[in-house]
Amino acid sequence: MEEELTLNGEKTTLNLSLPNKTLLDWLREDCGLKGTKEGCNEGDCGACTVIVTDRAGGKIRRRAVNSCTMFLPQVVGKDVRTIEGLTPKGESLHPVQSAIVTEHASQCGFCTPGIVTSLAAAHANRNANHDDVLAGNLCRCTGYAPIIRAAEAAFDQPPPRWLKKAEKNIQNGRKGFRTDKIFAPTHVDELAEWYADHPHALLVAGATDVGLWVTKQHRELPPLCFVGDVEGLSDIRRSRDWVEIGAAVTIADLREAIGQHHPSLGELLRRFGSVQVRNSATIGGNIANGSPIGDGAPALIALSGEVTLRHRDTRRTLPLENFFINYGQQDRKEGEFVESLRFPVQADRLRCYKLSKRFDQDISAVCGCFNINVDKGRVTSARIAFGGMAATPKRAMNTEAALMANQDWSQETINDALGEMNKDFSPISDARASKTYRMNSACNMLNRYFLEDMCSQENKGILDV
Amino acid sequence: MSNRQSVHQPLPHDAATQHVTGQAIYIDDIPVPANTLHLAFGLSKIAAGKIASIDLTEVECAHGVHRVLTADDLPAGNDVSPSAGDEPLLAEGEVHFAGQPIFLVIAEGHHLARRAAARGVVNIVPQTPIFTIDEALSASSRFEDRLCYQKGNPSSEIENARHVVEGQIKIGGQEHFYLEGQAALAMPQENGDMLVYSSTQHPTEVQHKVAEAIGRPMHGVQVQTRRMGGGFGGKESQANAIACACAVAASLTGKPCKMRLDRDDDMITTGKRHDAVIKYRVGFDDNGRINGIEFDQFIRCGWSQDLSLPVSDRAMLHSDNCYNLKTIAVRSERLKTNTQSATAFRGFGGPQGMLGIERVMDHIAFVLKKNPLTVRENNLYPSHETSPCGETFYGMRVNDFVADKIIKELSQNCAYSERRKEVDAWNKSHKCIKRGLSLTPVKFGISFTLTHYNQAGALVNVYQDGSIRINHGGTEMGQGLFIKVAQIAAEAFGQPIDTVRITATDTSKVPNTSPTAASSGSDLNGMAVKIACDEIIDRLIKLVARQHQAQVSEVAFADGVFSVGSESYNFDDVVNSAYLNRVSLSATGHYATPKISWDRIAGKGRPFYYFAYGAAATEVAIDTLTGEHRILRTDILHDAGQSLNPAVDIGQIEGGYVQGAGWLTSEELVWDAQSGRLLTHAPSTYKIPACSDRPRQFNVKLWDKGYNKENVVYRSKAVGEPPFMLAISVLMALSDAVSACGNGSVYPSLNAPATPETVLAAVETQRGTIQ
Repeated sequence: MEEELTLNGEKTTLNLSLPNKTLLDWLREDCGLKGTKEGCNEGDCGACTVIVTDRAGGKIRRRAVNSCTMFLPQVVGKDVRTIEGLTPKGESLHPVQSAIVTEHASQCGFCTPGIVTSLAAAHANRNANHDDVLAGNLCRCTGYAPIIRAAEAAFDQPPPRWLKKAEKNIQNGRKGFRTDKIFAPTHVDELAEWYADHPHALLVAGATDVGLWVTKQHRELPPLCFVGDVEGLSDIRRSRDWVEIGAAVTIADLREAIGQHHPSLGELLRRFGSVQVRNSATIGGNIANGSPIGDGAPALIALSGEVTLRHRDTRRTLPLENFFINYGQQDRKEGEFVESLRFPVQADRLRCYKLSKRFDQDISAVCGCFNINVDKGRVTSARIAFGGMAATPKRAMNTEAALMANQDWSQETINDALGEMNKDFSPISDARASKTYRMNSACNMLNRYFLEDMCSQENKGILDV
Repeated sequence: MSNRQSVHQPLPHDAATQHVTGQAIYIDDIPVPANTLHLAFGLSKIAAGKIASIDLTEVECAHGVHRVLTADDLPAGNDVSPSAGDEPLLAEGEVHFAGQPIFLVIAEGHHLARRAAARGVVNIVPQTPIFTIDEALSASSRFEDRLCYQKGNPSSEIENARHVVEGQIKIGGQEHFYLEGQAALAMPQENGDMLVYSSTQHPTEVQHKVAEAIGRPMHGVQVQTRRMGGGFGGKESQANAIACACAVAASLTGKPCKMRLDRDDDMITTGKRHDAVIKYRVGFDDNGRINGIEFDQFIRCGWSQDLSLPVSDRAMLHSDNCYNLKTIAVRSERLKTNTQSATAFRGFGGPQGMLGIERVMDHIAFVLKKNPLTVRENNLYPSHETSPCGETFYGMRVNDFVADKIIKELSQNCAYSERRKEVDAWNKSHKCIKRGLSLTPVKFGISFTLTHYNQAGALVNVYQDGSIRINHGGTEMGQGLFIKVAQIAAEAFGQPIDTVRITATDTSKVPNTSPTAASSGSDLNGMAVKIACDEIIDRLIKLVARQHQAQVSEVAFADGVFSVGSESYNFDDVVNSAYLNRVSLSATGHYATPKISWDRIAGKGRPFYYFAYGAAATEVAIDTLTGEHRILRTDILHDAGQSLNPAVDIGQIEGGYVQGAGWLTSEELVWDAQSGRLLTHAPSTYKIPACSDRPRQFNVKLWDKGYNKENVVYRSKAVGEPPFMLAISVLMALSDAVSACGNGSVYPSLNAPATPETVLAAVETQRGTIQ
């Protein structure tokens, strides 16, 4: 079966007979576009970055993504631009490209195409947070300093003249298609019917995790259903009482939508993977995957989040913490899928603390999310959830109870509550952290929450120095 | 910077435009014939044991598989080691680490080969593995007897000293994480010859090993390397296996064979920086001046010898760094373990050795409650202007010592004293965030300690239109060697840089080359190219003299113009005339570093031609609740001599420093204690610095008084490795911040890498001193 996409401005047909062929392999092997590099084949190094552009709600949406963990069906109907496409024939270098040259910002050059595409996407999107833009592009040679100088130098240059024209023809909406091995529905109702009939199929949203099943584990995949951008699954809706998030909302969109009201969650989501990962990964994928170290779950649990599961037209909603039963086991029946998540509209008392070996683009050793309400010096509610402390994302029920029991919002209460932490958790040691560090730092997070709340500026974290 | 046209100018990297447009070609980008086959290794999951049986039925019948090779199927040699002969391409009878290649799959596609390789069944009878330094010591598992370099009688000096401290530092290894993984492509030629494209720092060694592997003389093997996507030492000897696998498979199948290691396989199979433990005992006076010192360096070398002996030697040779240690013993244990074979990595042992003495300086300052910079300054070698000059414990004169001046200038430029006070004041008034500041110097010896490596060859062709094509033994891995050498040729001929074409390193053009390593690339190859250029210029001068019936001494050549009497001729015209007059316009150049001689067993001689110097001041902040840390500001002053290309050199310094900071902070290699399997085998678990990890304020300068006293090409200094060790200031600054959490009674003894976890544990120990 064949579908179309636009590759570097040219309509190109896409053979979907190998549904889990990655975009990277297709570009390099089938299209002979060797500028896009494979550095890690797991979405961590950014050497394979390309720009995928489409239109969402009439608005042009340009996204830097990792092509190594993206399957071909995910780019059907979209506009894909690789490093080669940033200098169309007869055009001069893109401002980012010239700046990299003049600022001596390439050495071995292997990461450079990815760096350039990331910066070019940010240039078009007018995103000047260069550190964040490049968090998902590793460079081993330069120490990044000249790359940042180049990003700064290029930022105020006008966009390349071909860009506007190239984007004019980009289509709105999403095209559905199906073969015997894959299904790409356009609406969530179609998905619900099909999935109930094909309960052993695999739902793929951003493929930032499933991609690795193929590239690293060589797994044979069951029939695939691509749920990215599916209508009814991709919106954030606000009512008076609830914020409801469709399962296929990307982390990038989620951050934009709720970062303002819950800035600490916004910052947690800023450190979620990298720009490329956040542009692909979805909150539904992050939850449904059930990983004990995903950052989405503890934050939403702390916000009293709930998950809605759907089977055909039947829906059930449960507290998010109850969805996680055990390692690799969630409360999801055959044919049922995560349709949405929601949390109550509330005053912002949420603080999220993410600990990892490296500050940006690292998986949490511990992720602690605290949501404690205090009224006139008394604790009125407490929800605390952790990732990385147990086999699932988990609430600190005993610690919460101790806070509620003492009520007095004081260091003594905190100390008492900390005594409960080892009833709530017995973390393990692994390559990311030892159990001792996990426990100590988790306790210190509660201390920090208290200290920050007591308005002691000096107790802010390391970034505020 | 100078009135020269080409050298000393900040020209961009020769391939910069190709890099930014995606046109730069790496091994995996080379167009291949349709019948090309792809390879993957089947790896041992067991760290030590005897192979009882290998069942490859499932592999052989997997889709797309052509053939599967084990050691028994190899046509000739089965060794990919650089010299010791202890490193089979495919395991023979036993396995020595988890990740050792046992069989080789030849298939129609890269993924097909990898998928099939996972289906092999190898029965291994496990033996007791040796993983740790302690296990190796008690099993007496080593590659060489303990080596000791000694000067004077340190133990009696220590006994008699006013103060004595002892301690140790654990230093983690480091994965190279070159962005382009190991890769090679072998194309069978007529006559059984083999053309190999290899991502290697050492094409000659690949040629040598491939020749052995396919049973041909070296003249039957041509190795080409246009560029690497990063090397850092990781493609000095580690490229051999992949290239040999391709050549063997190509030789057996008669088809082109390509292999590129998936990132996980790359990290699991290839060597890394040596991890080490360094113990020290030191006696000193009230000013912190060292009377006597003893180091014990325990170097974990992994399963094969590889380059571990010279790496360990260099660790010993840098245990003085910038300090005049008159009475010293350095003992070194080179331990054999059932882990990846540790290999060359930027600094080549130097960083570990230097970290030992810098730790000692800090420890002394802590005990004496003195400013660590004062203690460092009190121990420096005499300035190069002083007579007599200093002498290292291995008997080499230090007559170019400029670190004292660099330290002084840097500490003024970065307002070290004022900031020292600010940091102390901050730490008094802040409980949660502590800051730390440290200034550390670097003195790094330039030359291969394996003396015969200090030679280079070049081939320079001038064409009849005046354009120039150069070739030399050095390889380009991003460090800017090719542009530097092109600048040298352009300067020599007085021609614009774009008249000089740089070409891939090729063993058929320049033979018997040394690895591009030890920071020596531009020193050696630049000089070889210059010699070849000078040879051609000599011929042209002779021609002009002959044409004018003048003496050779009457012909002048400057800025590309030949002058004799009142006449002057452009380079192009003389070149064309030379062609018409049947004068050769092609020359080879050969350079051998003078003055060096070294006895590595006795530890005596002059192993280095000269020293490169630099210093860095780093300020950090730590979060005492989590152990997280950031580099707030870094100031660097570095001596690149008369820099061949200041832009390229600044790039080496910035990049080297950040890479070093990664080594000492976030880059942690973790092995499973039971199985010995590497757990951190991908960027998801092994964390090299990301963009936001670079210093928030990053001021890097070349020392403007830099000048090489030795006759190195255009008086430049090597700059590849020395800046890496500037990052030692990061660890020392972290240690400074940690010690601000205690009462001054317990030295933090911070180990590397100082991950947040390590820092938090150290903070908690310090907190214990005040509660």
